[in-house]
This record gives sequence, structure tokens and C-alpha cells, in this order.
Amino acid sequence: MNSLCKLLLQRLALGLLSLFAVSVIIFLAVGMLPGDVAQAMLGQAATPETVAAFRAQLGLDLPPLTRFGHWAWQLLHGDLGLSLANQRPIAELIGARLGNTFTLALLAALVSVPAALLLGMLAALYRNSWFDRLLNTSALSAVSFPEFFVAYILILVFAVKLNWLPSISNLAPGASFAEVLERSLLPVLTLSLVVIAQMMRMTRAALINLLASPYIEMARLKGISQARIIFHHALPNALAPIINVVALNLAYLVVGVVVVEVVFVYPGLGQLLVDSVAKRDIPVVQACSLIFAATYILLNTTADVLSIASNPRLMHPKG
Amino acid sequence: MSDNNNKITQAMHDSGLPRRDFLKYSATAAAIAGAFSLGLPLHGWAEEATPKAGGVLRMGLAGGSTTDSRDPGSWSDTFTFVGFSAVYNTLSEISVDGTAIPELAERWESSPDARIWTFTLRQGVTFHNGKTLDAGDVVASIQHHLGDKSTSAAKTVLGDVAKVQAQGNDAVVFVLHSGNADFAYVVADYHLVIMPAKDGGADWQAGVGTGGYRLKGFEPGVRMDLERSPDYWKAGRAHFASAELLAIADGAARVNALVTGQVDVINKVDLKTVALLKRNPNLVIEETKGAQHYTFPMLTDSQQFQDNNIRLALKHAINRETLLASVLYGYGQIGNDHPIQPGSRFINSALEQRGYDPDKARFYLRQAGVDSLKVRLQASDAAYTGAVDASVLFKEQARQAGIDIDVVREPADGFFSNVWMKQPFTTSFWYSSLTADRMFSIGYAKGAAWNETHWDNARFNQLLNAARGEMNAPLRQEMYNEMQALCRDEGGAIVPLFASSVAARSKRVAHGGLTAPYGELDGLRLIERWWQA
Repeated sequence: MNSLCKLLLQRLALGLLSLFAVSVIIFLAVGMLPGDVAQAMLGQAATPETVAAFRAQLGLDLPPLTRFGHWAWQLLHGDLGLSLANQRPIAELIGARLGNTFTLALLAALVSVPAALLLGMLAALYRNSWFDRLLNTSALSAVSFPEFFVAYILILVFAVKLNWLPSISNLAPGASFAEVLERSLLPVLTLSLVVIAQMMRMTRAALINLLASPYIEMARLKGISQARIIFHHALPNALAPIINVVALNLAYLVVGVVVVEVVFVYPGLGQLLVDSVAKRDIPVVQACSLIFAATYILLNTTADVLSIASNPRLMHPKG
Repeated sequence: MSDNNNKITQAMHDSGLPRRDFLKYSATAAAIAGAFSLGLPLHGWAEEATPKAGGVLRMGLAGGSTTDSRDPGSWSDTFTFVGFSAVYNTLSEISVDGTAIPELAERWESSPDARIWTFTLRQGVTFHNGKTLDAGDVVASIQHHLGDKSTSAAKTVLGDVAKVQAQGNDAVVFVLHSGNADFAYVVADYHLVIMPAKDGGADWQAGVGTGGYRLKGFEPGVRMDLERSPDYWKAGRAHFASAELLAIADGAARVNALVTGQVDVINKVDLKTVALLKRNPNLVIEETKGAQHYTFPMLTDSQQFQDNNIRLALKHAINRETLLASVLYGYGQIGNDHPIQPGSRFINSALEQRGYDPDKARFYLRQAGVDSLKVRLQASDAAYTGAVDASVLFKEQARQAGIDIDVVREPADGFFSNVWMKQPFTTSFWYSSLTADRMFSIGYAKGAAWNETHWDNARFNQLLNAARGEMNAPLRQEMYNEMQALCRDEGGAIVPLFASSVAARSKRVAHGGLTAPYGELDGLRLIERWWQA
């Protein structure tokens, strides 16, 4: 147990270092893009005087190091700062959208993770049957299509043709949970179709590997039931790779869903990030990137810790 | 329709538009056609001419961004224009026939030289917070856009204004640097909304106006919620009980939302799908033939284009009709190399329309002392959707005249800061301008910040100044006529197209039959002008 705590602390410290590195890289990268927030906001209408006034107002005329230092200092005091583009506090700007993004990711995870594990187990049990082949083919097809294509097909069928579900996720303030659920269903379905394949195939592969090993053979010879073999003997040993793949896909559900957000007009963090990059709104880009990076780091750390916890040999190393 | 399709196919053939792209578009169109033919139940919605009170107006609009704010100086696209036009009023309003009519100002008069303008305010108008409108509010609201530190988008619109001051409680006086006969149109600009004064400035943060609707919620880039103000001063307006604006950036998502009945109105309909939308009996396409136009600016002080013969050669080497059919699918009008749109009250109708004439183009090349010409056109879809396609079509058309145009695709990001007005030959666009004076002043006058061709024509500049303060309408029109001819024959911009704004509405909502000629969605005022059917 001690070693686990040590590992956790180590990982978190490394995570903080990564976050710092990410913020430096993002700051430099956005700085290298042509133009700045003043020009981007004013667009075709940018006269030199207006641009200069804009820059002075936002403090963009200060040297980059000063600006970065100021931002980092504020951040350490828990202040994300103000958006350069519209002067709103970034915490407020991100707040609702972060909630939306996590809701969407959570709903998609609730659908896709159990489905993927179950289908993976069934595919492993009935491997090389027509059922297994059908499952593999459809999962691979779903993951091979671009997300927006899957999304449009779902819209065509469920919104335009059948008129069962709304084609856009109009999340009005004060919407009930049932409404949120109904309006998020199509994006959730799209995301699930995209992420199920990898998790399912990893489950299948890990299980098939184990089901061929001598101790499973022994269990079968002893006459233990199929379910007990899978859940009690095979699955615990297959957990480590499955957990890793699940963590990766969960991270993707949080950080990689911009396209789905655009197609379904879902007010999540991805759209905010894209808009902010287009407008060179560095503090907002920084804040979003930090959140995304932190999500990745936390999920990966969790996956590592769980993999170790699920493996007695790693939990109790000899000497 | 099939005839039209053939024309388009032919045009793409002629132009050598990548076949793959054409196929891609056709495939998309077919997929969407499939979607629509699946159809909704067919109801015969009868349009009613008399306004009906109540109901919700739901709009899915392009042009909303997470970087939008409540500050009127920052409004830069349709979403904020339309939403805040319902929350606020301006001193004057542009009516459906395109003239300035009183709004918060009851009447106005000017000095004979059009330099001093006095606006008398309407009595008994209150803000949503209960405050009564007075001259101090107007002065603070206008001054919000003025001054050296202003970053307002309306700063140049008010470039003429030397000072603005209250005259008693009920009148406001504008003193201009030089006369401007159109000043009543200037104050109708959608940025120049009247906000309550607070601590010596205008209170834009509160979102409190005198308009027909109160601001209930505004989440930039996502949505805006409005509810009818019970004591709106304007009679016969603001029929809906509430309005909901959704920012929908994706064109396909907008169409889907309209077709599935989640919104009642959308703007910027993808022109490739208009023909298909038209088949849906529950929808109506709303085309506004406006002043928005597309240009190919040539820098008149660049080595390549300083000879007017070269510019004239290029102006004759472009086939406007083909561009209209293939880039705008017919939703627009052809241009005559000046920025005044056909149908405007300022148009010079005696000016001959320039056509596609490769022989004449060759003639001008010879006049310039060359047999053939090779130019580089730096194009980007930042200017307008289809700008690169238009450039490629132009390249093929100009080849007939011995002109070799090398089309270079520039990234949309930073196009207007780094390429436009810096490179000799580019693509560009202009939004609606209410008056000829404003259009000429910002885009063609010597030294103007957005004089995109660096044009400096002494006669033109002299006429521009003279016409601005001229209160005699026929005399003024004569000057504008000559200025249009000068742009056409000596200017640096090729103006091939005026683009319509194409919106679509469900038959659940109706309007009086005529919509404003300037600005999309009934001059941006659909929320207070339309009603539920």
C-alpha cells in the first residue's frame, strides 16, 4: 500500500510539472500564430490606431515574459483571469461549459464502457462465431467513419426521418434532467459508437489470451460454470490492459469531441477552445488546455494505480 | 432547375474546378435531398397579414461567437446585431423602404450646410429598469464610441463627429467636422444603440435598453433569451411574447434544426441546398438583395497595376454572369466595378453595364504595351465562401484574353491583417452600407483606412467632399453618378458580384410581406417586426 501512495505522489508531482510545461508551450504556440487578439477581434475593420488602442487596453504591448509571469502568478492565487476578447472572468466562461462537457463525457462513458466490456466478453466467449465476426465488423466500421459522418447519419435517421430526437442539443438554462438527457442522446450515441470499438476489442483480445491458458483449462475440467470462469478467474487478470484502454477513451471523451459539439451545437469546452484560438484569446486557451491536460494526467494516473492495485504481483513485490 | 444545374456543371467544366470537389458537392446535395424528401407531414399553413400577439420566436443564427460581449462597440456579427436590436433602440431607424424614420428621436433638423444636427427626443420613453430616457443617456451612449481610447467598431462611422452635447433634457446636438447630408442614416447604425448613462459613461454591462424585449440571459456563443417588455413605447411592434436565439455555427446543423422544427428562422443558408429547401412546403426562403458585395482589389500604386489599362483589361476579362450562377447560385446581382448596388437610391442607372469581352481586354493590354499578362491573385475564403472558387473561374475566363492569373490560396487565418491591402491582387468583400457617401468614404477615398486599392483620384475625392454636404438632392445625385463612373473606369477594384443574404423561415412565423432592403433578417429587426402565423 505504501508503494502505491508513493507512486501516486510521484505521479501527481510529475503531473504538475507537465501542466507547467503545457502552459509554456501553449503560450509560445499561440504567440507564434499570425496576428493577435486585437487584429483578430477587429478583423477587416482593424485600423492601426484602433489596434494600438486595443493592445494598450489589454496590456498586449507588454513583453511576453511579463505577461506570462503575470498570468502564472494570478493562476497560483486561483484566478484564471479575464478573457481578452470580452472581459468576462474566465472561471465564469468555463464553468457552465465544463459542466456540459463532463456531463456529455459521463453519459457517453455510462453507455459505452459497460456495453464495450459486455460485448468484448461475449465476443471472446463465442470467438470466431458469426456473432463475433458481426460484432467486430460493425464496431470497426463505426470507428472507421469520421465522427461527423456518424453524427449526420444518426441525425438523418432519428431527427429528420423518425423525428424522435432533436437534431441539436439546445441546453436551455434550467432544463430538467430528462430534457438534458433527451437533448444529449444523439451526441452520446455518436461518441459511444466511436469509442466502443477499441475498448471492446481490447477486452476480447485480453480475455482470449487468458482463456487459452492452462489454469482456465483446469477450471473447465473441474466443471466450474462459464460465468464463474469469466468473472472470477479470467477477468481479474485481464483488467490491467482494459483499464488502460478505458482511461484513454474517457480522456478522449473529454478532450476530443469538438467535431461532435459543432455538429450538435452542444455548448461544451471544445467549441470555446476553438473560438478562443481563432481570436488569439491566450488566457482562455491556456485555461482550457490546462483543464484538458489535467484530465489526461489524472485519468492516466488513475489507470496506472488501478492496474497495479489489480495485480497482486505488483502490489506485493518481493524484496 | 435542371437547366440551371446544367449551366453550373458547364461553368465548372469550363473553369476546370477540381472534378473531385464538384462530385463532393453533388454527393452532399444528393444526401440532403434524400433527407428532405423523407419529409415532414404536409400542412397547408396559411399566411396571415394581421399580426398576432404571443408565441416564441426561435432563431438558429450563424455569426455568434464565445468572444461576443454586451459592449455595443464590440458587436461584429449577425447574432449580436439581431439580438441587441430587439433590446435597444437607436435615434433613427431604417424602414422597410430603406429610408431613415424617427425612432428614439421624434424629429431632426440640420443647419443649411448639414454640419450641425439637432435630434429632438421622444417623450415618455423608459428603459427596462424604469429610468426615463433623456439627452444625457444619448450623449453618453454616443461618446462610448468616440475618443482616442475607443476600440469601438463604430468609431469610423462617427469619424465626422466633432462633438455631441445635450440641449436641455430633450434634444441632442451633433457638431460635425464637415457637412454630412446623410447623418440621420449614420445614427441608425446598429452599434449606436442608446443605453442609460451611469457615472458619466454609458452602462453597457447591464444590458438595459428601451427596446421591445428585455435581456433575460446571454451566454456568448451559445444563446440569448429575450422576453417582451410589457410597456414598450412603439405601437404595432414586438408581437412575440419571447424570443430565443441559438448560435449555430455549422451550416448543416442550422438547416437540420429548421427542418426538424427546433427553430423557426435560420440565416446564411448554404446556397448549395437552397433549391432543396425550397421543395419543403413548410419553409420559405427569404432573399435580401443587399449592398453586400465581393471585390478583387488591385493596388493602384503597385508596379503591376499602376497603369489603368492593365486594370481595365482585367475588368473586361471576368464573366460576371457565370460567377453569379456558379458561386452564388443566382442569389445576387452582377456588379459594374463600383460599390453601389443595383436598386439603390444612389445608383447611376445610365451607366452601361460592363460585360465579358476578351477582345477588349486584349485591346487594353496592347494599350499598356504588352501582349500578355501574368499576375498573381492571392485568394482566401476569409473574404467570402467561394472566393477561391471564384478566383479559379476568373483565371479560366481571363485566359481567353491572354491573361495568366496564378491563383494562390492563402490561409483564412490572418488574411485581412497580412495579405489584404498588402499584396497587389487579392479577394475581399464589403458589408451593406446605408449610404453611397459612407461606402465611398471608407473604401475609395484617399487615405481612408480601408481604401483597399490605395486609390487616389483627385476628381473623385473632390466630388466626395462636395457631395457630402450637398443638401440639393438632384445635384448630389449628379455627383454620385460621376463618382460611380470614375470607380468603374479608373478605380482599382473589380466588383463582379453583389451577394444576397439568404435566410429561411418556417411558415409558423410570418411578416408583413415586405422586408427591409438593408441587412439580413428584415434589417436585423425580425424580432420586433415579425409575428407567429
